[in-house]
Amino acid sequence: MSNAPSDWEVVIGLEVHVQLHTRAKVFASSPWGFGKEPNEQVDPVVLGLPGTLPVVNREAVEKSILFGLVVGASVPEHCSWDRKNYFYPDNPKNYQLTQKDFPVVVGGQVEIELPGASRNVMGEHKFIRIHHAHLEEDVGKLSHAGSGSLVDYNRAGVPLLEIVTEPDLRSSAEAEAFLRSLVAMLTQAGVADCDMEKGQLRCDCNVSIRRRGAEKLGTRTETKNLNSISSVRDTVIYETARQIRELEAGRSITQETRGWNAELARGYVLRDKEDAHDYRYFPDPDIPTLKISRETVARLAKQVPENLYDRQRRYVEKLGLPYTAASVLVNDRALAEWFEAAVAAHPTNPSGIANLVANDLLRDLAASATAPVSLESCPIKPAQLAGLVKLTDEGVISKQQAKEVFAEMFTSGRDAAAIVDAKGLRQNSDTGELEKIVQEVIADPAVAKSIAEYRAGNEKAINALKGPIMKRTQGKANPVLIDQLLRKFLA
Amino acid sequence: MADALHTLSAAELGRRLAAGTLTSRALCEALIARYQRVNDKVGAFTHLDQADVLAQADASDARRKAGQGRGPLEGIPVAIKDNIAVKGQPLTCSSKMLAPLVSPYDSHVAERLRAAGAILYGRLNMDEFAMGSSTENSALRKTFNPWDLARIPGGSSGGSAAALAAGLVPLSLGSDTGGSIRQPASHCGVVGLKPTYGLISRFGLVAFASSLDQIGPMARSIEDCELLLNALSSADARDMTCFGPSDRGLTPAGDAKKLRIGIPKGFLGKGVAPEVAAAVNAAVEFYRAQGCAISEAELPSADLAVPTYYVVATAEASSNLGRYDGVRYGHRSAAAGTPVEMMTASRSEGFGPEVKRRILLGTFVLSAGYADAYYVRALRARAKIRAEYLAALAGVDVLLTPTVPTPAFKVGEKASDPLQLYLEDIFTIPANLAGLPAISVPCGKSGHLPVGFHLVGAPLSEAKLLAAGRLFEAAHGYAHQQAAL
Repeated sequence: MSNAPSDWEVVIGLEVHVQLHTRAKVFASSPWGFGKEPNEQVDPVVLGLPGTLPVVNREAVEKSILFGLVVGASVPEHCSWDRKNYFYPDNPKNYQLTQKDFPVVVGGQVEIELPGASRNVMGEHKFIRIHHAHLEEDVGKLSHAGSGSLVDYNRAGVPLLEIVTEPDLRSSAEAEAFLRSLVAMLTQAGVADCDMEKGQLRCDCNVSIRRRGAEKLGTRTETKNLNSISSVRDTVIYETARQIRELEAGRSITQETRGWNAELARGYVLRDKEDAHDYRYFPDPDIPTLKISRETVARLAKQVPENLYDRQRRYVEKLGLPYTAASVLVNDRALAEWFEAAVAAHPTNPSGIANLVANDLLRDLAASATAPVSLESCPIKPAQLAGLVKLTDEGVISKQQAKEVFAEMFTSGRDAAAIVDAKGLRQNSDTGELEKIVQEVIADPAVAKSIAEYRAGNEKAINALKGPIMKRTQGKANPVLIDQLLRKFLA
Repeated sequence: MADALHTLSAAELGRRLAAGTLTSRALCEALIARYQRVNDKVGAFTHLDQADVLAQADASDARRKAGQGRGPLEGIPVAIKDNIAVKGQPLTCSSKMLAPLVSPYDSHVAERLRAAGAILYGRLNMDEFAMGSSTENSALRKTFNPWDLARIPGGSSGGSAAALAAGLVPLSLGSDTGGSIRQPASHCGVVGLKPTYGLISRFGLVAFASSLDQIGPMARSIEDCELLLNALSSADARDMTCFGPSDRGLTPAGDAKKLRIGIPKGFLGKGVAPEVAAAVNAAVEFYRAQGCAISEAELPSADLAVPTYYVVATAEASSNLGRYDGVRYGHRSAAAGTPVEMMTASRSEGFGPEVKRRILLGTFVLSAGYADAYYVRALRARAKIRAEYLAALAGVDVLLTPTVPTPAFKVGEKASDPLQLYLEDIFTIPANLAGLPAISVPCGKSGHLPVGFHLVGAPLSEAKLLAAGRLFEAAHGYAHQQAAL
């Protein structure tokens, strides 16, 4: 789905600012987190008191390198920090420490999946190139109250990884798919939590249009500080339409910085090129160039989880899962690993396990959870779920009974076998007793017609005999065994 | 004879304290009495909390009595330049901008001094934000040269040097970005050492130009200077540019009489006052007579040092001083308006003219379209100067020059001519640009005004500089001279 009429092509590049999952701030030992009282998470370094100095947080650098490894970037031998100078009250030093010339991540790519024709059909896959990612410090928050202004520095100094794409995205759908894929990769690697409601992921969105087939890029606009995936999508749609309207009316596009009003679903001009800041970048003299050892890189490489779509391909191609179930499982690393633990306990029916996990388990977890759905609090363990599927596969219980057992497992956390025994659900596999019942049913004149049809070659006719057998065993007979016995006696 | 205490070296005071013939309280009381008589004439201190000093002295005496003395500085007062943070004391940088500020934390060197048992004794005047060579740029008060109260003490650590020369304190801390320890030391006839960049933590030193700034010891004798240096040097995880002495280790002093001394070609030429040249030449002849090898050294890019310095230092300063905006601490303009208007007004009111001049210069040299022509070229010149100094120091142990071309000038004499004032640091600046240790040692007088010579050594060769100074001092006895006040 393209937003541009066919003779226009939209070109999009994103700058994604992600707060890294670290204990301390990026250049200070002060901890950070959400929901604290204003200015509770500050120290002399965060406040930029005279005489204080930044010290690079190793954990933040390592999370950045890990991101680089996740997207297949090259990890440079060195990285360094620069000062970006500008005056604003939310910026405690009136310069921001960022990486202009030697960022911690260079290159790499993110695989994305576009929506398919329906949710059961896999859409097109593309690779979006990463230009670089640099590690910088977040700023505080300025708010206006009455006649004055208030500033909260809790956010100041929070480690921020700015991920800059090449202009590879061609539609709002691609931008959306890219962000979803990026979020999955960041969270699955433990690099970031990407909680957009807490402002942990913010985007700047560069949009330009050109005639389809043209090589030269059009003049771009940059819409800043978009704090949700839907805002990015809506901005692309809005900005594409606006630029087409301008150009088709014979006007030109101004290179400008724009804002987005999500409530009104409208963009607006923040400043044009003439008002662009001169940030007077120069290398920060307080932070020496940081050497990134190959030992560190090798250690971090071991933490890189399986790529989202590699995992999806493996589930579909090797485990034989339907796309729908596979796509649900791979979006959540913990869920996928939970699933794989169950498969390890019962390797012969991954699809059976996947269906229970992707449907029943997720549904019940969602219904029971007050907070975010967590597998840690899941009453059923992977091996227990595997046990349930195994009992079904062996014909000890029917699929219908399995649903009942599952519900009981989710409530009590007990093993499937124990529940089956306690409820007396175990299907009857006593051949002697069952043989007698089968022979009695075959002798019943009411089924004579079906027997004749079966013997005449109608395979399905045998099913008419199974109902009465089940009825007489109160549903406990093993259907596999019934089928075997019927075929033996009718042969 | 309590009054004579102010003439004694820290080492001698330490011996008396250790012997039990002197208490820290008695020493501090004597110095406070001296302060009350002399400080208004000299203007070295901007702040002295007498009750706090006496409380620290009592605590020191109690430690010593309990057998828990912390070493040679136990009970000895050390006065501190007002750009080095001491918890609970003002941290003004002699600026109206920070005049209301009391530091909520200790600098690394303050922690080191406390750990050594020293008394953190008062705040010393300086050029505003360490920008200047005469201490005339202080927004708080004037400081005068104890040898001639009509003259400047040098700067920016003018208070640190004047306090020593006036017998107000036995030891002081200065900071040196382009000569701010060594130039006032020379003008006041005391010893001042700028260590190798990274030997002493800058944590708690208010930044002027971060890649050039170093804290250093100042004293009336080489022995005292070394005592203080040893207390201050240590690695500190809070300053990523500090490695301390533990990492690579200081170069051993060796035999001072075998030192190879290089005399940079042309340095004693134009611009150096004849009396200064004579005193420095006499020092050279002294070393030759002691057996040192004297040779000429080539430093062809030396002329680039001052312009290079004024680009690099102002560029960093323009950014370092950005944080003083009235939002979080310091001077806030009463003029209402938007936050950005308030910040602009606070800076306009809070900074003095020299600070503004350097912020403007630094902002210009970093601006788009000019940075390549100024800042980037200055970095290249800096690398060249450093390479030349290291090459010269591969052939000799130290380079010897005057510390300052001329003796201390009169108050107000150069106030209207900043460029002339910038030349005060022509001999001292290269050591900062190259990150090398350097010392100013008193070597005589021009009339009644002290003159010092300047030694620069290879990285971490502080012990050699001190050994050379000790050899000279032992033969000349300048350490025992003090201005009559």
